[in-house]
Amino acid sequence: MAEPIVTIRELSKVYQQGEIQVMALDRITLDIAAGEFLALMGPSGSGKSTLLHIIAGVDRPTSGVCLVQGIEVTKLNESQLADWRNHNVGFIFQTFNLIPVLTAAENVELPLLLTRLNRAERRKQVETALEVVGLSDRAKHLPRQLSGGQEQRVAIARALVTDPALIVADEPTGNLDSHSAQEVLGALQALRKDAGKTIIMVTHDPKAAAFGTRQIHLEKGELSP
Amino acid sequence: MTTASFILKNAFRNKRRALLSVSSVAVSLFLLVTLQVALRELTLPPQSAGAELRVAVRNKISLTNPLPVRQRKIIEKVPGVEAVTPFTWFGGKYKNEEGMSFAQFAMDADKLQSVFGEAKMNVDGYEKFTAEKDACVLGKITADKYHLKVGDRITLDSTVYPGSLSFHIAGIYAGTPDDRNMLFRQDYLDESIGLPGYVGMWWLKVRSADDMVPVIQAINAAFQNTAAEVRAESERNFQLGFISMLGNIKTLIASISTVVVFTLVLVTASTMSMAVRERFRELAILKALGFQRRELFAFILAESFGLAGAGAIAGIGSAYLLYTFGDIGKMTAGIFVAFEVTPRIMGFAALVAALLGIASAVAPALSVARMSVVGGLKTLD
Repeated sequence: MAEPIVTIRELSKVYQQGEIQVMALDRITLDIAAGEFLALMGPSGSGKSTLLHIIAGVDRPTSGVCLVQGIEVTKLNESQLADWRNHNVGFIFQTFNLIPVLTAAENVELPLLLTRLNRAERRKQVETALEVVGLSDRAKHLPRQLSGGQEQRVAIARALVTDPALIVADEPTGNLDSHSAQEVLGALQALRKDAGKTIIMVTHDPKAAAFGTRQIHLEKGELSP
Repeated sequence: MTTASFILKNAFRNKRRALLSVSSVAVSLFLLVTLQVALRELTLPPQSAGAELRVAVRNKISLTNPLPVRQRKIIEKVPGVEAVTPFTWFGGKYKNEEGMSFAQFAMDADKLQSVFGEAKMNVDGYEKFTAEKDACVLGKITADKYHLKVGDRITLDSTVYPGSLSFHIAGIYAGTPDDRNMLFRQDYLDESIGLPGYVGMWWLKVRSADDMVPVIQAINAAFQNTAAEVRAESERNFQLGFISMLGNIKTLIASISTVVVFTLVLVTASTMSMAVRERFRELAILKALGFQRRELFAFILAESFGLAGAGAIAGIGSAYLLYTFGDIGKMTAGIFVAFEVTPRIMGFAALVAALLGIASAVAPALSVARMSVVGGLKTLD
């Protein structure tokens, strides 16, 4: 196995719901290699999204270690985490989550507003990202003028525009028809192959999981063999 | 795209709501400016040219108590006094009108120029006013309002004295801050239906500003312990004392202004809260992409400021244009002759708008700051 980009040791997450404690993740230990396309599978409530959120630095574990590119993300404060996410993680969500008043290009440009790039440099990177997902001709379209598959490809472009090492995708094909899902999964696969990105994708669709280089299953917060 | 264009697009994503919000701020600030200007005009009436050399002498008990004519000779002998004229309220109603739409005062015709020199009129008007006992001079605003001209006759029914008096218009004056009054001769009033031997009050002119205080002190002292004690005071103090008789209008207007501002804060805060609540998920996405609390707060603050600022420009601007270039006399049916939107009032309204921008951004910004990315993403799931 190549050098791990993500190293997880004894990671647990407990949610307190009133007087009841819900164990979302139970002492997970996992390594994810750089350049891997990992499909994280499991039924609803198995903890797969929670694990993805902790790796991506938008949630914190109750205990355990989560190293991403050698950085203990659980130890970073809010401000450091935000900065770290901007530079190191690209997000793709099930419901696309594009800003409806911004064009495709402007949506892709959003994470770059936090960088020191000038306008021309930002535009260049946006063009490249849209080209990668095959949507150069839709740059000026608003999200409502795009199909679901196109919207998700814009979201992929937004995820890769800052050139992060890690891309996390939470049910990226959950809202798409099979044809669009194929397009999106193909685009993710190409990112791994052509750009060497590490992709962690949560899905409960075996067909989608088949696009990954490895599949792991979570069941009641534990990794199942 | 720039951060500014991003904020602008967000602010106007719901154009109808943005327009209504801006309009509500604009209308409220227009009202606030109007109230503040009205308050200023009522409590700080415009000063006439020459006011700094004029002294009002009235009965110490009240303005409605008359003063004996014999006081005149004593006042004229006070060092520093240049001219003295009686000034008696007639309280006449014109053409059976319900109320009095302009004031009328009896005075000495030959003292008009020396005491109220800012009332400009042609030479013929002064001459006729001095020569003809039933002559009167009329302020231009009143003359225009009733389409009266030199040579016309008017009859007024007095609410103070029994009966009515007929006058011949000798001249129409202008140049005072309030060209509405009618002036006629004291001797005509005395001979017709007045109270001979008594006048309403005295107006006098002193020779120089240095004479003002000594003259006031000397006149007050001269009639101390007499049957008609007087209060002599500068024109400004007289005006302010007169205004205080209007009651606590300052408190009333201040209370209305406070209600306006409070309502404004509630409306704008509610708008901002709605605007933020409906895109909570988007703000969570921005957080996930790396935007920090301070940046999200800046977005919300800028949007809130933008709405308040646009409303301020529309509200304060329209008040300024309307009251500066509009005919305030016509708009207020003659209640106000001047209605100046001062830089201080505009600054105050702009400050209210700025504070409004900040106040209405605080609550939504706090809820966004407290929001976790995961919690925000689940908002509309």
